[in-house]
Amino acid sequence: MKAIEVKNLYFKYEKEWVLEDINFELEDKEFMAIIGPNGGGKTTLLKLLLGFLSPTKGEIKIYGKPPKENREIIGYVPQHTNFSLDLPITVFDIVLQGRLKKGKFFYSQKDKEKAKEILDTLNIYNLANKKIKDLSGGQRQKVLIARALVSEPKILMMDEPTSAIDPSGQKEILDLIESFEVTRLVVSHDIKILLRDVDKIAYIHKKAVIHEGPKLNIPKDKHFCEVELIEFLKDESCGI
Amino acid sequence: MWDLISSSIYASLLLSIAIAVIGSLIVINKTTAITGSIAHGSFGGIGLALYLGSSVILTTSLFTALLAVILAVITIRFPHRQDSLIGVIWAVGMSIGIIFLSLTPGYQSDALSYLFGNILLVENKDLIFMGIIDLVILISIIFLYHRFLAMSYDREFLKLRGINADLLYTYFLILTSLTIVMSVRAIGIILILALFTIPALIAEKFTKRFFTMMILSGVLGLIFMVSGILISYYYDISPTPTIVIIASIILLLSLLKRK
Repeated sequence: MKAIEVKNLYFKYEKEWVLEDINFELEDKEFMAIIGPNGGGKTTLLKLLLGFLSPTKGEIKIYGKPPKENREIIGYVPQHTNFSLDLPITVFDIVLQGRLKKGKFFYSQKDKEKAKEILDTLNIYNLANKKIKDLSGGQRQKVLIARALVSEPKILMMDEPTSAIDPSGQKEILDLIESFEVTRLVVSHDIKILLRDVDKIAYIHKKAVIHEGPKLNIPKDKHFCEVELIEFLKDESCGI
Repeated sequence: MWDLISSSIYASLLLSIAIAVIGSLIVINKTTAITGSIAHGSFGGIGLALYLGSSVILTTSLFTALLAVILAVITIRFPHRQDSLIGVIWAVGMSIGIIFLSLTPGYQSDALSYLFGNILLVENKDLIFMGIIDLVILISIIFLYHRFLAMSYDREFLKLRGINADLLYTYFLILTSLTIVMSVRAIGIILILALFTIPALIAEKFTKRFFTMMILSGVLGLIFMVSGILISYYYDISPTPTIVIIASIILLLSLLKRK
């Protein structure tokens, strides 16, 4: 079964088309990067994939079902910069939120053990009792990744996971994402993501340009600017 | 002396429970403006009750719950316009109250007492209503603690976990509206906001967990109210403004200390 199927997707906000005729598929355990300029529709596409928005036309399926009907298998990692730092909440309490679900009002011992295990895996168990305010940007992003992973998702969707993080923190986050053995979809305006082991790229600027495997052979030492990237994709005959 | 202030001390105890839970939730959800809008809008319910000759508690509870639902819809559906629309509800509720008061025969001095409140004048029926609302608040926070906390941190994520975050938010605003009704007699429409937010604002700075924030804001609220009642009793001044001034001084000191 395909992890993601997007067919003839259109989305209109007020009177303007934000996305037009988007088509792509993603296989189980594949890693996809969604890139493109700010305001090009990346975040809208992510919200459609998460089921927070409904398509104006077209169809989205996540493991065979519309996103709203299959949310339990989605792990979502928003940008760490979206959240208030004043809230009196510890890292452990944030991670546990990934175990919440319909009809469940209290955390079980198993939930707490799972949260400890994930924090341990991500090497941040020492931060469990810290207030979110006391962490660095990279650590905050790892906490949100832990919250997504603790629900044992089949697919991870991430919105700008490396934004507002120092270079060493960015590398650490990308290494981590690369190592996960689940389907991954990362929205990023930072094209350094393409130097990673991605299986597919969607370049979104109202319309989508999809570049599919075999895996890209982008020279690992080369940093692309957007124009160079498009030229590179052209060379790869991906249908631009 | 005890005979004169005993009801107000019981009222302080009961109000401190609401301050602990609802006050803390108001602060962490940044719904201070919405709370102000419901509080001032509740004057519409009071005016309506006095015009109809119906129970002020019941009529105002229904009226403010309706305002809470309208405000929930506004903030969920029109987030970019919520600031202005909250102000509109604030003014419309008060206007409704004033219109009904002008239609009610006789001088309505009772209506003005709801604007400024007087904790020394709470009656047994007010204490009973406070107790009932406290019970609802306590049961709600026991079962919904984790959801409320998740809602305050990241409402979208809560939706992704299959929980109706919009319904939960609406329920929180209805609880806020009932808390306002239970406080209006003692604290008054105009000063409710201060009493519900100042203890939580102080507590937020000194706590790492929401649970301890609630406990600390409840204790602070109780201390502010009891000290305000005693000072107002000895100096024969109005109790609610005294409580608010004491709380504000402590808030200022806590901000200075942090710097």
